[in-house]
Amino acid sequence: MANRIGVYVCHCGTNIAGKVDSVGVAKFASTLKNVVVGRDYKFMCSDPGQEMIIRDIKDLGLNRVVVASCSPRLHEKTFQGACQRGGLNPFLFQMTCIREHCSWVTKDFDEATEKAKHLVAAAVSRVNYHAKLYHREENVHPDVLVVGGGIAGIQASLDVAKSGHRVHLVERDASIGGHMAQFDKTFPTLDCAACISTPKMVAVSQEPNINLMTYSEVTEVSGFVGNYQVKIKRKPRYIDETKCTGCGLCMEKCPKKVLSEFEEGISMRRAVHRNSPQAVPNIPVIDAANCLKLTKDKCGNCEKFCPSGAIDYTQTETELELDVGTIVLATGYDILDPTPLKQYGFGRYPEVYTGLQFERLNNAVGPTGGKIVMKNGQPPESVAIIHCVGSRDKNYHEYCSRTCCMYALKYDHLIKDKVGHHVKIFNFYIDMRCFGKGYEEFYRRVQEEGVSFIRGRPGEITDQAQTPEEEGKLIVVSEDTLLGRRIRVPVDMVILCTAMEPRKDTAEVARIFGISQGMDGFFLEEHPKLGPVSTATDGIFLAGACQGPKDIPDAVAHASGGAAQAMALAARGKVSISPTTSWINPDICIGCKMCIGLCAYSAIEFDERRGVSVINEAMCKGCGSCAGHCPSGAAQIKHFTEKQIFNELDGLLMAVPPAPRAKEEEEPVKAEDTAEAAA
Amino acid sequence: MEEFEPTIVAFVCNWCTYTAADLAGTARMTQFPNVRLIRMMCTGMVDPKYVIKALLAGADAVLISGCHPGDCHYINGNYKARRRVKLLQEILTGFGIDTRRVKLTWVGASEGNEFAETVNHLVNEIRELGPIETRELMVV
Repeated sequence: MANRIGVYVCHCGTNIAGKVDSVGVAKFASTLKNVVVGRDYKFMCSDPGQEMIIRDIKDLGLNRVVVASCSPRLHEKTFQGACQRGGLNPFLFQMTCIREHCSWVTKDFDEATEKAKHLVAAAVSRVNYHAKLYHREENVHPDVLVVGGGIAGIQASLDVAKSGHRVHLVERDASIGGHMAQFDKTFPTLDCAACISTPKMVAVSQEPNINLMTYSEVTEVSGFVGNYQVKIKRKPRYIDETKCTGCGLCMEKCPKKVLSEFEEGISMRRAVHRNSPQAVPNIPVIDAANCLKLTKDKCGNCEKFCPSGAIDYTQTETELELDVGTIVLATGYDILDPTPLKQYGFGRYPEVYTGLQFERLNNAVGPTGGKIVMKNGQPPESVAIIHCVGSRDKNYHEYCSRTCCMYALKYDHLIKDKVGHHVKIFNFYIDMRCFGKGYEEFYRRVQEEGVSFIRGRPGEITDQAQTPEEEGKLIVVSEDTLLGRRIRVPVDMVILCTAMEPRKDTAEVARIFGISQGMDGFFLEEHPKLGPVSTATDGIFLAGACQGPKDIPDAVAHASGGAAQAMALAARGKVSISPTTSWINPDICIGCKMCIGLCAYSAIEFDERRGVSVINEAMCKGCGSCAGHCPSGAAQIKHFTEKQIFNELDGLLMAVPPAPRAKEEEEPVKAEDTAEAAA
Repeated sequence: MEEFEPTIVAFVCNWCTYTAADLAGTARMTQFPNVRLIRMMCTGMVDPKYVIKALLAGADAVLISGCHPGDCHYINGNYKARRRVKLLQEILTGFGIDTRRVKLTWVGASEGNEFAETVNHLVNEIRELGPIETRELMVV
């Protein structure tokens, strides 16, 4: 039976009709092969417009529909819906764009009309070869995996758990809490980070719907949206979690001291250690690389003194597998190591600190008990805070880290508050960016506290004094760009506001989860504006600073967004999967296995018995890498088959009658040429 | 003499260049009408025979445009396209077809102006180059 095609040309008010003769295009369309009806209408997307299609499908028995209007990215779904309501499979529809790609960008009326005719002819020619396709429904496993137990991961886990779904929270470190647990106060409200984060951390450990796995890492992910299989490596703590009471005696008795990571290397910890007394779970770990028992079979103090017999040197790494439906990645960020920025002397001058080190110096449970003092135990009389260290810098990170201006202001306030109002503080900034709720007000407050702001990026920090006042001080050499003058500011202490950067292993994690990184190295979201929490991989969502630098309120909001997306899938329990996947015709496939190597999603397997490659539709994304290369032409993307594309090309290059107004100026040579070539 | 107006077919990926073309439209960036788009999901699915077919069926040039390297929606489809186009160009040279007639560009989703410039630049380039060399030879 011949196809019965209906073609609908939209005026879009004057958006299309102003440059394209929509009536003429519809008339032209009705002359094309298999076209039963060609109509034009003011607004095809309106209810009467859609009704027109539905009526024609029923009355005229259309089995194919073409709409020429705006971009399919805008209204393809609308018209597919109309087709479906009319009883037509939505894939027997083709949309062509004569607004964004034609009427809006073409100067001449006749030229625009002619281009529109070509586009319509292409769509008509293509739609002849469309086939019925059906969305597949897959079940969604109700459990959610959250990776990373910083504030974003905590928020996402609690949100999902509250909905009644089970959450597996995997944290690489021995305790959850992330960077926020290292902070002292939070801007702009100055409430203490621990006071607001520890209740959340405890809530995680007490929530029956959360399966908390600390000191663990995800090593492998397979499957697809709704049905992910995840392998998790559990590192040995050498302490039995079921027996340990968290008394901390082992840490007192341990003789081996090493630099503490949690304290950012400004104090020591023992080989058996925990981040802080507020750690969740409150169970220490034995650091196998430094423990005397595990490295040299000596000591064994912890085992001797442990009152509950929880020490177990025989523990080994274990692996477990989980089934989950969706994944929320909340892997956070790293702080740029300022050592390569030699001009700032980090690591060379003891009084140059990173922001995080200063947080610890400031923290009530930190190495100084919250006293802001220099290495010699004296409080600083003057402090320089250098903004944008590694941020907004072409040599390191071009982006703005978004948090530094605000935490610098927080330090300003805390130094004035804790050490005394007489302390001189100099902020070296490029621009002050205080964009959040209550942030600008906080900036003003700090300015009023008598802090100096110098606009300029320091070129050097040196201890080479040039005047007696500079003797024994660190001298910040900079330009004051507002004064247009070079300045030297002698200070006791320097704080570097180091950039937030992607985790060192972001590329590896991206590979494990099958997502991508953006230009800045952070995980790439699906859309920068309208899809900031989803990724291009269905069922994998982002939360917090792993997507880009964020402060706490933004990270929490982002995490709740990620949790909501995961919950939406989990709650519905079903997911509809697009049928536009690849298909390898087993009658044609020669079994060369070329496609298997090309597939970026490992969606093709080789059937040894039949000697052909087979697509796993559940994993295929329909990218067409296989179809574009298949030497035998066996691999075809449904809805983008060779036949469909060839026919679209034929239509696109077909000779069309010129627009009526241009009739007399028509160039016969050209028309003949195209006709000849098309033949 | 009548000025030669080339016919150009563009295979553009749905995620980047097609979106950029939409954006160019929304921003009313005027373009020559010679370039007609075919929406593909990825440049990686552009089989070289589509390009050859287009050139045989009357196109004077073919544009293939997708996401920037590293930005592919499908991880690395655009790299595959890059390799194919390179090989295809070598083959076309053997048939006396100027390699400038098959152009591969990267136009990201936000680069509407880049898209309009690419189109206009290509049209001008092919205008200078003239009709495809094989046109007179083809008596199919």
